[in-house]
Amino acid sequence: MNMTLTREKESPAIEIDNVGSAALTEKVYETSNLNLWYGENHALKNINLDMHQNEVTAIIGPSGCGKSTYIKTLNRMIELVPDVKTTGQIKYRNRNILDQSYKVEDLRTQVGMVFQKPNPFPKSIYENVVYGPKIHGIKNKKILDEIVEKSLKGAAIWDEVKDRLHENAYGLSGGQQQRLCIARCLAIEPDVILMDEPTSALDPISTLKIEELVQELKKDFSIIIVTHNMQQAARISDRTAFFLNGEVIEYSDTNTIFSNPNDKRTEDYITGRFG
Amino acid sequence: MKLINKSHVAKKMPARLAVNTICKGLFFLATLVGLLVLAILFYRIFTQGIGSLNVDFLQNFASRKPEEAGIKAALIGSIWLMVVVAPVSLLLGVGTAIYLEEYARKNWITTFIKVNISNLAGVPSIVFGLLGLTVFVRALALDRSILAAGLTMSLLVLPVIIVAAQEAIRAVPRDLREASFGMGATKWQTILKVVLPAAIPGILTGGILALSRAIGETAPLVVVGIPMFIAFLPQTVMDTFTVLPMQIYNWTSRPQEEFQQVAAAGIIVLLILLIFMNSIAVIIRNKFQKRY
Ligand SMILES: Nc1ncnc2c1ncn2[C@@H]1O[C@H](COP(=O)(O)OP(=O)(O)OP(=O)(O)O)[C@@H](O)[C@H]1O
Ligand SMILES: [Mg+2]
Repeated sequence: MNMTLTREKESPAIEIDNVGSAALTEKVYETSNLNLWYGENHALKNINLDMHQNEVTAIIGPSGCGKSTYIKTLNRMIELVPDVKTTGQIKYRNRNILDQSYKVEDLRTQVGMVFQKPNPFPKSIYENVVYGPKIHGIKNKKILDEIVEKSLKGAAIWDEVKDRLHENAYGLSGGQQQRLCIARCLAIEPDVILMDEPTSALDPISTLKIEELVQELKKDFSIIIVTHNMQQAARISDRTAFFLNGEVIEYSDTNTIFSNPNDKRTEDYITGRFG
Repeated sequence: MKLINKSHVAKKMPARLAVNTICKGLFFLATLVGLLVLAILFYRIFTQGIGSLNVDFLQNFASRKPEEAGIKAALIGSIWLMVVVAPVSLLLGVGTAIYLEEYARKNWITTFIKVNISNLAGVPSIVFGLLGLTVFVRALALDRSILAAGLTMSLLVLPVIIVAAQEAIRAVPRDLREASFGMGATKWQTILKVVLPAAIPGILTGGILALSRAIGETAPLVVVGIPMFIAFLPQTVMDTFTVLPMQIYNWTSRPQEEFQQVAAAGIIVLLILLIFMNSIAVIIRNKFQKRY
């Protein structure tokens, strides 16, 4: 049970980054020409984005620009919405996930998700964490116990809950619940973690804890995070994508976006002139 | 400039508070009417029936002599009926609800089906009796058996169970499902481990209402041809039988005053059976609410 998921690099698909600092990292996601419609509403327009291993990629942009829509296509959660149509490609580790022969269950064991609102199950803390592993068929009590400890430590909540593992998760504070949800996600030992505004329902201290946690987690995972909070994106991410009206306006390393944006609209947004 | 005149607001205040108090009183009265009727009913039944209610009454078969009349066959018959109705109607009902809410595509056909299920809940029970007579008693040649009667009753209560289960399933928060799917759970795993546990209290509430109705119904069983007077116990679901409400009806329709008391005692037994069933549901419900 090793949680460090640095993959064997069979074919070193290493690329020299064309933007900003030349990083030598493997790509986890390659999105090309992605379009998405909710019925008639063209919500994502010709998206091209690559995401890298062991990095934090932030997605920013004004409300309604398609951030959640995009992050939900990365684990195909978007399919829960009726009448959604997509074209284009999203390659995860070199396989197109939009191909229906790619089983979503398979994809989602590799790509975990943390939601905007903490959504623990109305079960004990322990049961919350072992939910994923149990779903995947792990029954051995000793292994499950180890997963619980490791995941809760990984989500920096172990010390707060270790004496009450069998109490209902609803008894935790909002910030603790969100970290429990992160632990629950870590328990399936994913490769990528998607986070859709994970701190928007939390107080500043809990937010800080989660930001520190994200920094810690990127050593072992690749993280894609949607945020409304510009400082947060600047603090924790390696790369930032700026979305506007369903399009990617600018995507480059976070320093460049925040200190020297290419596009006037990016500049306007990060300086708070609209959005 | 202020748009709200505070003195005007203050002037209105006593009237608003008065209306509030009056409404509270009215609703209390409405509740009181129900409680009062129930209390009178209980009083009448208990004073009338308590004298006839003893061990012999529970152990005797029906008889032409009121002092020897007992409820054994009907009580056991009602329990047999529940043994058929509870699993059949709950499995079919919850299964249908799961399909309609979780799997079926949302289109006009499913909407049409859902509306019609609600309509079925309002169809008079005697119509279900005719259906049972045609399908189970005659076509499937089940005769006047517990099985035929049980299946008929299951159909009767099925709409209520489906609608209640649908409501309960729909009330399960969407983000719990998302959390489960997000970890790679299949639809069935999500239903089994997240949706159903959260929906069980609601499903049981509907289920127990439905079963209470089934245990008190007579009309469909009269149509199916279940006898009112029987002096043996059924051995299998293929045997014929009688149930409490039919036995009670039989007694109330007799001229002798003593039989009215016997009937009242029968009603008490029926009430106790109902309370017993309800408490089982409450226990299961509490168990799930504690865990979830
Ligand atoms: N389930 C849905 N059905 C139809 N249209 C939707 C649905 N979800 C989102 N949309 C539309 O798609 C567009 C993008 O929405 P999305 O939720 O991705 O925005 P967002 O960037 O996450 O916004 P926010 O910052 O407010 O969360 C919006 O115009 C929205 O109205
Ligand atoms: Mg959003």
